[in-house]
Amino acid sequence: MKYLQGKFPILKKQALAKEVYSFWISCPEIAKIAQPGQFVHILPPGLGLRRPISIAGIDPENGILRIVFVIKHEGTRKLAELRQGDYLDMIAPLGHGFTLLPEASHVVLVGGGIGVPPMLPLAAYYGERATAVSGFRSFQQVILQEDLEKSGASTICCTEDGSAGAIQGFVTTPLEQLLTEGVDAVFACGSQPMLKAVADLCIKNHTYCEISMEERMACGIGACLGCACKTKNPDTEEIQFLHVCKNGPVFKAEEVIW
Amino acid sequence: MADLSVNLCGIDFKNPIIPASGVFGYGREYEEFYDLSELGGIATKGTTAQKRTGNLSPRIAETPSGMLNSVGLQNPGIDHFIAQELPYLLTKDTVILANIAGSTPEECAEVAEKLDSTQVHMIELNISCPNVKQGGAAFGTSCAMAEQVVSAVRKATSKPLVVKLSPNVTSITEIAKAVESAGADAVSLINTLLGMRIDIHSRRPVLRNNVGGLSGAAIFPVAVRMVWQTANAVKIPVIGMGGVNSGEDAIELMMAGASAVQVGMAVFTDPYAPVRIVREINDFLDEKQIPAVRDIIGTVQPW
Repeated sequence: MKYLQGKFPILKKQALAKEVYSFWISCPEIAKIAQPGQFVHILPPGLGLRRPISIAGIDPENGILRIVFVIKHEGTRKLAELRQGDYLDMIAPLGHGFTLLPEASHVVLVGGGIGVPPMLPLAAYYGERATAVSGFRSFQQVILQEDLEKSGASTICCTEDGSAGAIQGFVTTPLEQLLTEGVDAVFACGSQPMLKAVADLCIKNHTYCEISMEERMACGIGACLGCACKTKNPDTEEIQFLHVCKNGPVFKAEEVIW
Repeated sequence: MADLSVNLCGIDFKNPIIPASGVFGYGREYEEFYDLSELGGIATKGTTAQKRTGNLSPRIAETPSGMLNSVGLQNPGIDHFIAQELPYLLTKDTVILANIAGSTPEECAEVAEKLDSTQVHMIELNISCPNVKQGGAAFGTSCAMAEQVVSAVRKATSKPLVVKLSPNVTSITEIAKAVESAGADAVSLINTLLGMRIDIHSRRPVLRNNVGGLSGAAIFPVAVRMVWQTANAVKIPVIGMGGVNSGEDAIELMMAGASAVQVGMAVFTDPYAPVRIVREINDFLDEKQIPAVRDIIGTVQPW
């Protein structure tokens, strides 16, 4: 794993929804090596611990990374206060990303809420071969549907209250249907209950599935062992606490013990 | 350029800065940033006799000017450490302090005995981990238990033995004197202060272990006080730690009586913190025209 630490300028900031922001960051060396599913570890001004944020766009030619984050607590609130031209203190790119399957003819990208952004680099890779299923609580939270479409992916948007998108309900409703049509792989990021439901469905249907996990982190590079994820080695059945920052954030669905 | 070298228990350190146990793994992850030979030493992740899986997540929470952790001594066990990690670390031209822990005095002694036949430079015995149910801090909060575990480890090894003390005690000087009389060659302090945070929306503790160890700048004044008291109470050297973020912090702990300084949480904020602190110590000494860092150890002039 290759990563570096530095301060990188925010080229552009955009509000996508209430308390959801997108930054485009100029960091050529990082953009050159970043992979879908990896994350950046950002130090909010004035705080002591960095916050892991998934990569939502990789543009190696122009040396730009995109991130999208929601204000959750103090750290992300401080990040949201930064403006175009400010510098981000970042360690990146970090983590083990999604497996890229060049031969796949149809993949499903499942994103829930703030789990949708890491699906964008996958949509860029798979293009028309991808169906992006996104789930949100309500219309106020819907983000990135046009960006997914621009990459060539077909999109299915679900809201729990039916206030936007084609489907009222959870992402599992369209996923169940898609799985019956033959899918090479499913890639997912979202809340734990959503990920568990997606993992269970894929395991039941014998469809290859990778999920991106989230955990509170300190070092971000595998040294402090703070971000443990309970897993089972599918071959040896051995129970292990792996680490979201280094072994993950992407795990195989059958590895994770909920 | 000032002389930054220090000598503890007969071991030469090129500078007094050591990443603390637990924040630095076995060093490999930080080699992406700098050469490990720039460090005075490395205190490795706490190792027990057998592999341990540690506590459930969340194990980490940021707090004002600090953090809580409850990793719970996750480690691959002493045999793995000796076979897979130590030989590599010993090629890095820096002092290796193997941090060890255990649930019983016998377990600690077993781990120390295995290290005794290696080339490791020093052993740091952790009698102060707040995150494990047995052993851990229980050894470090009673003089009798502390003496018992240090005596057992002392018999198992002739390596220089540093004992890492808990601040969660009524009198740190009593514990320090107890481990000194039981054969410790040095003490290191302070480990984390036991703390807790609650998510008031869910009414659940933020850490899955409910409680955890507080570290970071928030505990620095406690560290300065305890290092000062301990350095005045024992004859063996003191390694200071607890919230050190800068060269000035390190100088302050050394003036309080520390012969070397460990750096913990600061590594998470700035992975370059240990090497930056070395540079800042040098800058301070040059500015004050102090020829050697050892000239400042214990030089506080109390009122």
